[in-house]
Amino acid sequence: MNLVNIFLAIPVLVFVLIPFLKVKGTGIVVFLAVISNILLSGYFALQALSGLVIEFSFPGSLVTGPVNLRIDALSGWFIMIINFVFLTGGFYGLSYLKAYHQQKNNLRMHGIVFLLIHSALISLCVVQNSIVFLISWEIMALSGSLAVMFEHEKMAAIKAGQNYLIQSHFSILFLMIGFIWVAFKTGSYDFAAITTYSAANPGGIGLVLFLCFFIAFAIKAGFVPFHTWLPYAHPAAPSHISGIMSGVMIKIGIFGMLRMITLIKCDYYSIGLIILTFSVISGLYGVMLAIMQHNLKKLLAYHSIENIGIIGMGIGIGCIGLGNGNYLLASLGFAGGLLHTLNHALFKSLLFFTSGNVYQATHTLHIEHLGGLIKKMPQTALLFLIAAIAISGIPPFNGFISEFIIYSGFYNWMQGSLLGPLMAIIFSVLALVLIGGLAMLCFTKAFGIVFLGNARHQFHHEIKEVPFLQLLPLYLIAFFIVLIGVFPQFFLNTLSQPVQLFTGMPAQTVIPFQEKIGDILGPVTAGTWIFILIIAATFIGRKVMTRNQKVVIGPTWGCGYVAPTEKQQYTAGSFVRAYGKLFKPFLSVTKTEKEVHGIFPTGGSYETHFYDSLEKYLIDNPIAAYKWLLGRFSFLQNGRLQFYILYGIVFIAAVICVPLIYDQVVLFIEFIKQI
Amino acid sequence: MLSLILIIVAAAFFTGVILRVKSIASGRKGPGIFQPLKDVARLFKKGVVYSETTSFIFQIAPTIYFSSVVMAMLVVPFGQSKGFVSFNGDFIFFAYVLGLGKFFSIISAMDTGSSFEGMGASREALYSMFAEPAFFILMGSIALLTGFTSFQEMFAAFHIGSYISYALAILGTFVLMMVAMVENSRMPIDDPKTHLELTMVHEVMILDNSGFDLGLILTAGYLKFAIYGALVVNMFIGMFPYQYSIPMFFVIQLVLATGVGLIESFMARFRMSHNAQFIFVLTSVSLLIFFGVLLILGKFA
Repeated sequence: MNLVNIFLAIPVLVFVLIPFLKVKGTGIVVFLAVISNILLSGYFALQALSGLVIEFSFPGSLVTGPVNLRIDALSGWFIMIINFVFLTGGFYGLSYLKAYHQQKNNLRMHGIVFLLIHSALISLCVVQNSIVFLISWEIMALSGSLAVMFEHEKMAAIKAGQNYLIQSHFSILFLMIGFIWVAFKTGSYDFAAITTYSAANPGGIGLVLFLCFFIAFAIKAGFVPFHTWLPYAHPAAPSHISGIMSGVMIKIGIFGMLRMITLIKCDYYSIGLIILTFSVISGLYGVMLAIMQHNLKKLLAYHSIENIGIIGMGIGIGCIGLGNGNYLLASLGFAGGLLHTLNHALFKSLLFFTSGNVYQATHTLHIEHLGGLIKKMPQTALLFLIAAIAISGIPPFNGFISEFIIYSGFYNWMQGSLLGPLMAIIFSVLALVLIGGLAMLCFTKAFGIVFLGNARHQFHHEIKEVPFLQLLPLYLIAFFIVLIGVFPQFFLNTLSQPVQLFTGMPAQTVIPFQEKIGDILGPVTAGTWIFILIIAATFIGRKVMTRNQKVVIGPTWGCGYVAPTEKQQYTAGSFVRAYGKLFKPFLSVTKTEKEVHGIFPTGGSYETHFYDSLEKYLIDNPIAAYKWLLGRFSFLQNGRLQFYILYGIVFIAAVICVPLIYDQVVLFIEFIKQI
Repeated sequence: MLSLILIIVAAAFFTGVILRVKSIASGRKGPGIFQPLKDVARLFKKGVVYSETTSFIFQIAPTIYFSSVVMAMLVVPFGQSKGFVSFNGDFIFFAYVLGLGKFFSIISAMDTGSSFEGMGASREALYSMFAEPAFFILMGSIALLTGFTSFQEMFAAFHIGSYISYALAILGTFVLMMVAMVENSRMPIDDPKTHLELTMVHEVMILDNSGFDLGLILTAGYLKFAIYGALVVNMFIGMFPYQYSIPMFFVIQLVLATGVGLIESFMARFRMSHNAQFIFVLTSVSLLIFFGVLLILGKFA
């Protein structure tokens, strides 16, 4: 009880303190506050992960009713992920924000917002009361949009923040509908009411209720077609915030979905199919668009959508397993989804942090202007490479492990399925394989163009590696990426409690989770180790055999041409040109071209702009139509004060008159009914 | 373990046989069957030239590429004897381990800063992306048919129950061989003997590699051919006793090598811009296999 109060008191205390602190002190105080909250919540989370359910109850207020807190294994897992990303992100942010030390008030504001996001996220994981949940959600949305608008002198940042704010409120709208619906029917704002209500009304009701929550959480998580805010918000935010947003803030959508799965009792099979469909589309669409992006952080943002798709596939097959009563399938699905949540939080935050390093060194994120950074920033390059391989799902890193579990789930589901599910499986597997291949195309492009070759642009300042303190948290993340890749058993054992939350406790009838996962993953880990040994052996062999051989340094083979310039290198655009042509129907690219011609040629130009076609049809066109509709009434807003006073009088008169004529109207309607 | 030895032996002659068939078909005397091995042995003894543009990526990439192929080789079984590593879902591991090698060979090509090699890298990334679904659906279909998910168990149980499975095996052979062609960059997707950098895929990626590293890449290529050949053999031998299956292994590998040689002698390479579509057609062929499996299992009823 006391510890919860301390948890809430720390941010409040810091907010009071911040105006009296120097800017340098603000950062440290905020970071310390985050750390103490991490320790507090981590203490409970670790207990929860070992199977203990911790509950607190507060009397609450007249409006909310009693407020219960409940930390179960699922909350514990997400709290640990959130804490890890905030720990590394906060530490990274301390060094990252040094470049902005002159914007004193902005930094203070940012510190407050940072702490608020952390507290709100942790609260969302534990709160069991829908009104308090909505308030925390709103705090997260508001502070998130302020964090996105950190560089508010840039138009793009303001727009991204607004976009995020509006779409977040759509998400809140759907949440409210869901919560109010349940509260209206049961009279309680406690989450337990959702369970009782859906259990009492079997059939379609639970499904519709779930869909309501699904849309709300899908907007947050960035499922296609609710993803359009995400590719704006992530690039506009400062890099540590991008990492946190992509690493954990969108994951709270996944958490919400999982929480609703545990709460709502309905047809899990249909839920599973719905989630699977959305996930497959998100995964493919995300990566397909990511490839075409030339802004490094925007590219990563689209990859978040892709990875949310992969997580969703895990959750989807988990639900299907629940619906079928196939507990192995259910555990594989949920374990894969939850592990991929952690994995994505790790490699995506690492990617965002390293691209932050690139941004600070070069002041650009346009990958066509970059190149050859591996020689100037070798450590950043190495870290980016590790994360890039991990996100492509390639062994020996962590992405492979979770994708392997999801594949195992699919192939497990296959046995004894009927025709319909089989088609779903084969196309999902097809999608997952394509996602892997496309991610590889995308990250070979990103890494190859940004870090390899020669510099494509002459910068007028020296490009150098960021200080070691800024790299330190990144090494920590990389360490975990490798650790999960080569030693996944530990993490999966931790996952056994969260997974059992879904699969129920038929532990005595079925083989325990650890053993099942051990059977599946043990040999993969062994294979990974053998693979690492082979690589090491080949390296040693190569070293021994080439020790006496001559090494000559020469120019790159230029087909006889001896003076190639850096402009003749392959660009990101040309690297994906063949892909762009093949996938043209799904992509919308506008080209403006001015050819060079004539005897005395003047300058030519070639520009391509890339746009999200779903955004055009789902967001831009409806908004344009809505604007057109409202435009019809623009005569009302004619700028004349007299008219505005008249509107006021008309309105007041109407308000007074309605009750007067109300009886007449009722009479009239009765009269019509009688006829 | 047996598969390991067999694959290494097959790799030793596979590429040589292709070269020999091509030389006979074009009426030349041609090199001996073991010429590719001699080439590699020579390369292993030579010094290296590194481009000044390159970084450590370029130096470690061939090693990782080679290791990934060796690891993939350890997974492949032979009939009733398991591969060195064998577990449920090992074919996923197989494909993804090869993926690491591919990742490094692509970025090592981009490390040179040459536009030729960038072009090759771009093509390689695109083609391998399209080839992978075919492999996964093929293996998924066999997994569905047999109820197992490891290479050895799937192949062992492939032909129990119905003879139609042999028809599927033939289709599967086509898919696997075409995937092998893509992976090894041979005709009709890529022409290893072309002399123009613009028309190459794999060759252009390794333009700057030399000495020991080039030797590793070539060896990996020979092994890859034999690995896919071994997979094809596995589609047919099932649980045959060794006295039949081992000769069959060499006969099938020989037939495949001859076939590749003949194709390369009498066919032109596909248009580069149509390659991707062609490769994706493989996916539909493997979908056909999937429907075949559905038919056998009576799922349409």
